[in-house]
Amino acid sequence: MATILVAMSFSINTKANKGKLIIDFNNYVGNEILKLDSAVYKNEAGQSFSVTNFKYYVGNFHLRKADGTEYISSDYYLIKEDEQQTKQIMLNDIPEGNYVSCTFTLGVDSAHNCSGAQSGALDPANGMFWAWNTGYIFMKLEGKSPSSNLSGHTFEFHIGGYKYPNNCIREINLKTNNLIISSDKTSSIEIKTDAEEVMKTPVTIDLSKLPSVTDSRNATIIANNYMDMFSVLKINNEK
Amino acid sequence: MRSKLVYIILFLFLSVLIFNSFIDDNPYFKITSDDVILTIPKGFPKPKYNFKNNTITPEKFVLGRKLFYDPILSKDSSMSCASCHQRIAAFAHIDHALSHGINGLIGKRNVMPLQNLIWKDAYMWDGGVNNLEVQPINPITNAVEMNETLSNVVNKLKHNKVYAEEFKKAFNDTIINSERLLKTLAQFTGLMISSNSRYDKFVEGTIQFSDTEMNGLKIFKTKCANCHKGTLFTDNSYRNNGIKPDTSLKDKGRETITNNPEDNNTFQVPSLRNVEMTYPYMHDGRFRNLQQVLNHYSNPKNFDKNYDLSLNKIGVLSEQEKGDVIAFLKTLTDKVFLYDRRFADPNMK
Ligand code: HEC
Ligand code: HEC
Repeated sequence: MATILVAMSFSINTKANKGKLIIDFNNYVGNEILKLDSAVYKNEAGQSFSVTNFKYYVGNFHLRKADGTEYISSDYYLIKEDEQQTKQIMLNDIPEGNYVSCTFTLGVDSAHNCSGAQSGALDPANGMFWAWNTGYIFMKLEGKSPSSNLSGHTFEFHIGGYKYPNNCIREINLKTNNLIISSDKTSSIEIKTDAEEVMKTPVTIDLSKLPSVTDSRNATIIANNYMDMFSVLKINNEK
Repeated sequence: MRSKLVYIILFLFLSVLIFNSFIDDNPYFKITSDDVILTIPKGFPKPKYNFKNNTITPEKFVLGRKLFYDPILSKDSSMSCASCHQRIAAFAHIDHALSHGINGLIGKRNVMPLQNLIWKDAYMWDGGVNNLEVQPINPITNAVEMNETLSNVVNKLKHNKVYAEEFKKAFNDTIINSERLLKTLAQFTGLMISSNSRYDKFVEGTIQFSDTEMNGLKIFKTKCANCHKGTLFTDNSYRNNGIKPDTSLKDKGRETITNNPEDNNTFQVPSLRNVEMTYPYMHDGRFRNLQQVLNHYSNPKNFDKNYDLSLNKIGVLSEQEKGDVIAFLKTLTDKVFLYDRRFADPNMK
């Protein structure tokens, strides 16, 4: 009887003290909001380019409090620049409190790369999957640049790979010092994803020399570049 | 005169009706829950693909079978999985060195047999595919095979009345997606298990080998089983078995997957079960028959320069020895599997 009571009060408690978090991914190139096709940008190497496609997987979100306790959501999401509704994700049932950091995976962890047919964001029909060398494509950045010597002056970075030494999974860690989750309320984080970072720091990509990365060759160079493409723009706490 | 015609039409109509109902309960094509029990044959290791997230049921198996034999999976409805994977050849393709795909296009590799697939975790000649369930995405989307997109196949199935019904039977709801398509296909191909050859009966002790077969087995054990190992007749490694690369195909083998130059021209050691039926041989189908295969292994002077050193054990075989090895290889033919009604084309009725 006592255990039932405890269990009941526990479940009532946890329900009452939970809130939600919206994470908004805002795709940029440098300081400008990304506009597909028409806008022309300059990369670190001084080459002009436009973007025709930008997609990436994020998931396995960990929100951490100062005392080290964590909220974990292991789901994956596919952020597509050309589909507005994919750029906003919602995490539910987060215990209330102050969270100091948000960690997530850019890419898809190795277990999910090996577990066969899946649906939802990980449905291979989404076109973010290599069939001949099985695994997810973690990030696609495609566009045009007069500097590229590929036909149609296109460039394409399709980055994936979960095996050593070509592992392109990257852990992203963002400080969220003043994020507060309150019970029955929905707070939000605005994240900036800077597509330009794919082509810079630490390695400046020269589109005349490297207009295409579509398998494990050179993939980790790009992965080390895209590792720092995320930053927090703003946090909105609903109290 | 007129009434005669009416009678004939009536007769035809009735016989079609009767024939149809006969087909529907034709026991040859009927799949019961007994038919889809997974039993691990004695002496086989633990499977690598377990149906843990893909529980086998007769309805799902039947759906997988229907999909396997249905050209709806290809762009112009001209090719099914079975166009390349023939049952009588242990689901390899007899007589085509390289696969033939849509519009008569020629692929770059020899069709592999489909058998004992759940004991693998790397599929294709180069091992590039890590899970049985996702393998079909390759033929479906390959431009020289079925040339379709996965999302379009799913769309076609969604708009097909028969499939709407079949998916409902299998999953008890109306969702049709790629996960279900792929998982039912894996149920059908995953149950293709060959373990009833004369060799297996010999190991069990229920039959005896002839002197020739016995001698062939002995030679095989010392000279071939290093790579074609154990009950599955493969150690699943990637090796260069001495065949020189075909310069027109430019197939780098395992290197395609690893980008490691050391893997150049290595291919997954194939199982030799049912090898009598899976001719031609090697990843590019260069050898028409087993005699040519044995001639190759017995001619070290002609090996590719990066050949696997364990081939040195083979040396030069006499014609007698080659014949004995071939006689042994033929004991791996499994008629129970080759004629297993569960894997027959249900449209063949
Ligand atoms: C155009 C001919 C063709 C068609 C159609 C085709 N396959 Fe294949 N299949 C092949 C070839 C060729 C290989 C070896 C490919 C390689 O190594 O690159 C193969 C390999 C396989 C393998 C791997 C076997 C192993 O032991 O690693 C499986 C499983 C398979 N096919 C299943 C299917 C299924 C299911 C379909 C229907 C969705 C299908 N195939 C359609 C030609 C075909
Ligand atoms: C060094 C490892 C190794 C040894 C030893 C070896 N093989 Fe192989 N075998 C392979 C590999 C690898 C292939 C596939 C090569 C390819 O397609 O490029 C193969 C292919 C074959 C095939 C063709 C199977 C098919 O489905 O196409 C036959 C038959 C065969 N071997 C028989 C033998 C026999 C008989 C011996 C002993 C005389 C032997 N092998 C020794 C590695 C080996």
